[in-house]
Amino acid sequence: MSALGNLFLRREAGILVMIVLFSIAVGIARPQFLTINEFRIVLLLIPLILIGAMGEMLVIVARHVDLSIGSTQALAAIITGMMFKFLPGVPWPVGFIVAIGVGAGLGFANGVLTTLFRLPSIIVTLGTLNLYRGLTFIVSNARQVDRQYIPSDLKAMSTGAVPWIIVIAIAIAILTYWFADHTRVGRQVYALGSNPVAAPLRGIRVNAVTLMVFSISGALAGLSGIMYASRWGFVNPSNTGSGFEFQVIAAVVIGGVSINGGVGSVLGVVFGVLLLGCVSAALPLLGIPGTAQSAIYGAVIIIALLIDRSVRQRGIRALAMQRARA
Amino acid sequence: MTDQTSATPVVTALDAATPRPRWQVILIRPETMTLILLVLAFVVSSLLSPYFLDINYILQSFTLTAEFSIVALVMTMIIIAGEIDLSPAANMALSACLFAWTFQATGSMPLALVVGIGAGVLMGVFNGLLVIGLQLPSIIVTIGTLTLYRGIAQIIAGDESIRLPEYFIGFNTWLIAGIPAPDLLFVVLSIGLGLVLGTTIYGRQIYQTGTNEIAAQHAGIRTRRLKMGLFITMGFVSAIAGIITASRLGSVRYDLGLGGELQMVLMAMLGGTYIFGGRGSILGTFLAAWLLSVISTGMTTANLLPATQLCVLGVLLIISIIATNFIYSRTQR
Amino acid sequence: MPAAAADTPLISARGISKSFAAIEVLRDVDLDLRRGEIHALLGENGAGKSTFAKILAGVHRPTRGTLSLNGEQVDINSPITAQKLGITLIHQEPISFPDLSVAENLVLGRTRGAALGRVRWAEMTREARQLMDLLGVRIDVTKPMRGLSIADQQMVEIARALASDSRLIIMDEPTAPLTPKEVETLFGIARRLRDEGRTIVFISHRLEEVRALCDRVTIFRDGNKVATEEIGNLTDGDIIRLMIGRPLREYMKKQGTSIGEVALMVDGLTLPGVFHDISFEVRKGEIVGLGGLVGAGRTDVARAIFGVVPATSGTVTIDGKAVSITDPSQAIDLGLAFVPEDRAIAGIFRTLSVEENITAAVPRRIAPGRIIRRAIEKALAQESVRKLRIRLASLRQPIGELSGGNQQKAILARWLLTDPSVLILDEPTRGIDIGVKAEFYDMIGELAAGGRAILLISSELPELLALCDRVLVMSEGRLTANIARADATQESIMSAAVPRSARQAVAA
Repeated sequence: MSALGNLFLRREAGILVMIVLFSIAVGIARPQFLTINEFRIVLLLIPLILIGAMGEMLVIVARHVDLSIGSTQALAAIITGMMFKFLPGVPWPVGFIVAIGVGAGLGFANGVLTTLFRLPSIIVTLGTLNLYRGLTFIVSNARQVDRQYIPSDLKAMSTGAVPWIIVIAIAIAILTYWFADHTRVGRQVYALGSNPVAAPLRGIRVNAVTLMVFSISGALAGLSGIMYASRWGFVNPSNTGSGFEFQVIAAVVIGGVSINGGVGSVLGVVFGVLLLGCVSAALPLLGIPGTAQSAIYGAVIIIALLIDRSVRQRGIRALAMQRARA
Repeated sequence: MTDQTSATPVVTALDAATPRPRWQVILIRPETMTLILLVLAFVVSSLLSPYFLDINYILQSFTLTAEFSIVALVMTMIIIAGEIDLSPAANMALSACLFAWTFQATGSMPLALVVGIGAGVLMGVFNGLLVIGLQLPSIIVTIGTLTLYRGIAQIIAGDESIRLPEYFIGFNTWLIAGIPAPDLLFVVLSIGLGLVLGTTIYGRQIYQTGTNEIAAQHAGIRTRRLKMGLFITMGFVSAIAGIITASRLGSVRYDLGLGGELQMVLMAMLGGTYIFGGRGSILGTFLAAWLLSVISTGMTTANLLPATQLCVLGVLLIISIIATNFIYSRTQR
Repeated sequence: MPAAAADTPLISARGISKSFAAIEVLRDVDLDLRRGEIHALLGENGAGKSTFAKILAGVHRPTRGTLSLNGEQVDINSPITAQKLGITLIHQEPISFPDLSVAENLVLGRTRGAALGRVRWAEMTREARQLMDLLGVRIDVTKPMRGLSIADQQMVEIARALASDSRLIIMDEPTAPLTPKEVETLFGIARRLRDEGRTIVFISHRLEEVRALCDRVTIFRDGNKVATEEIGNLTDGDIIRLMIGRPLREYMKKQGTSIGEVALMVDGLTLPGVFHDISFEVRKGEIVGLGGLVGAGRTDVARAIFGVVPATSGTVTIDGKAVSITDPSQAIDLGLAFVPEDRAIAGIFRTLSVEENITAAVPRRIAPGRIIRRAIEKALAQESVRKLRIRLASLRQPIGELSGGNQQKAILARWLLTDPSVLILDEPTRGIDIGVKAEFYDMIGELAAGGRAILLISSELPELLALCDRVLVMSEGRLTANIARADATQESIMSAAVPRSARQAVAA
């Protein structure tokens, strides 16, 4: 149970309220938004972001940032895709191991640069964002992995009444919840983000924990890579993962995770992803071109930051008043 | 049982550590590293291709990255002041889009210029308000605004290119005294900003704000005004850079300058700007801009894929920060 | 932990010395701490008491000397080792994880277990509540640490120490930010712990509290241990003499100065939650002291006057004209200067040159046409170095390379260049060794003689008594006394500084 009790539940409830209000508002203009079919569309939009957001959440709670997850998704996806293409005999579930492994490795590299060289993670991941994207092009010779090479069983995971990718995404969310709230090392991540100076004094192995969160973020980004192949049926070195980091960060920030670290809940992030999914699904119905998506995500990040700040300000002011009266 | 020992004073330390010798201060600094790298790059590139020994070739190739270089100068000042702005590339795109769109709609070049540059300034003001007025962390804010600005550009221009009138195209080919216009602009701006940063009180206060903002405020330096000025300048310069790029390309698309933020930050870092603020120089960024131009052109000449080039830039960014941090931490005591 | 004979001291220190770079801050300290006692460490700033405590707590390692725990030699090389040995240090500003709950803060770092081991929330909460009950404190253990008052945070730190069964609990200036009731609670707990056989080390400036609480006292001076005594065997005068080394009257002199008209007047200054209804005046040529405990709000008043964090109501009048100051640059233009408390945070530009630091507040003088005239700057800096006798190797070296005293002189030089009519000094001699302190006192006297109005904020009673024409005292955000020089004594200042009901409660 994360601390910040009342304030927090208020935040998660607030997002849920926003989702409901938004859906009602859109539903009035376009009634088909409130159908099961539409809900399914929304659900299919979010698994990748949800998985990415779980990893990014841990990184941000630890007071870092990982901007490279989109490129990690691409690189992991393209390597896995090329494995399917050039080694067709390999059973397709091996693709999961490859994607997650590649992702974890890339994330680990981010962690090493941040801890060993004491570099700010934002600049490191800005560099690796480009580095990994470049590698994606190099490895694939700038060619996409076409539909016929992606195993049909894999593609089938995104179809059906209850698509497997949604199940996996939910499972990851539950796993992250267990990790963040109920394991010792998970709580150490929160402690580290809350007060990085005090952490070593309390026996927290700062470097180990930091390496771990970046590796997890990378691994989950890698998982989202093979999910991409499943969902869309192909992997393209240019498009796969493009803009992914911004969608994920938007969802995480909406979900109440504080940029300063130490604060954030899985439930909040899930709601944040859901809200973003609803917004994305509503755009075509409302006739807003897909090109507007970036603008909206940008606006969303800024608004979420403003809300985050005003909430903290009010909290600080309330504390000061309390103390004055005491 | 009292135990009184007479208190003999402890040995006093030297009142100050001995300073580093003058020659060390002048020579051992990140700009030297940049200069060495620049010379090295020249040597390697000229081995790759004899074109590099031709000054005109070098000047011509520089025009490709001149726009980013110009913005990188202001970026350097912002980083020295302790902030960062990742939105200028998106600003370039949106300003250029609005500029082209206005021209297309009204046929009036002066009006288009006003709209384009005005939009850039407004974007700078917006960034400034969020960072300084509302005290949001500049890095996340400008990631948000970069997405926003790029997105709005996408809305306005869609997936199409907006063409510019013939007389406006080809800024990079205009020669003034035999030097391509963008290069000259860059050099002039470098000299100007270099003087501002190095000799004026404004420049001094930028360093002081970046070194210790609280101390600067206590000393009566108006840090908020200073930073706001920088963000607005960034907006202004980005808009101009965007319009120049449009002139070079002949048309405007929403993805103008995509990935530019990496190059600008890279130039600043390669030039020895300290990411945490308080240190850096226009000279360093100036040298780094040329360095990057040589590297980019060299890579293209060596037939490296754009993707590979991207890789190299990513690696360079990381290495340059490690090296700069290393140099700064060694010279501190 | 090794078992021991009943009269073996818990901790034996022999020949403990500590140097930082070339500066020796502790020299050959021999000290025994008994089991079941409350032992005070007294001394001025920089005397070495905090450093010694940090050595015990594993934060620093001694450059020479040995430590024994229950008769066996130990090497306390890190805070974690110290904790394992049963030694806990409670910092002045308690460190915690503000976003985690109280219960979690109690547990973190103590329990052993697998990384992926389950967090036993229910058990943790129960244990936390038990500890709080044991201390007799009512804190909701499920709330985040962020919301707690400093006193409550201290309680949590003590609870941590108890939970890890600490034998030695060191408290570093714990009562500074506490209300009288909180001090009483703290003392009750300390006594209970002592009766259980634990050892408490109590670092403090406040003689009254030391006398009320402690069994024995050790006095440090200039890095040496000067005396260890039962508290009953020393009078306050003895203690002060041991701390300072000389009887008070001889130590510092004060020039007579003619006092002029009112330069600075504040009336009804209020910032809710921080200070209330502050009114006083400072005249030209006058040195007005502002005493009080840490947290009384003195620095906040200064910052409000100077425009860093303005007050929400009240007026400030300079030379008879009412002014509204919302920014330090305005304050400077009006002739105010403020030398802040913590030069590392609000004073120096560490990596910039001494020259640049000294001229930082007078941009218009060194750059009349916006362009810096190096010749003018150099001249101003050189003059300052000469006048204040700043010792350095070169004007161009980074100020961070100077010693603390010289850095402080440079900051003072910065403000003197603005030719202020009102100079506010906040703990100007903190962290400076005795020799330089004397220089500062002379300088302050000269400044007043030159007709400037000086507001001297200080926690060092001897300093206030020696320099000031009047001493104002603040307590818990309010002005509690305005004492003329003739009536000023350590007791009168202290009793006005201590929160009202504490005066009764402090007695054992």
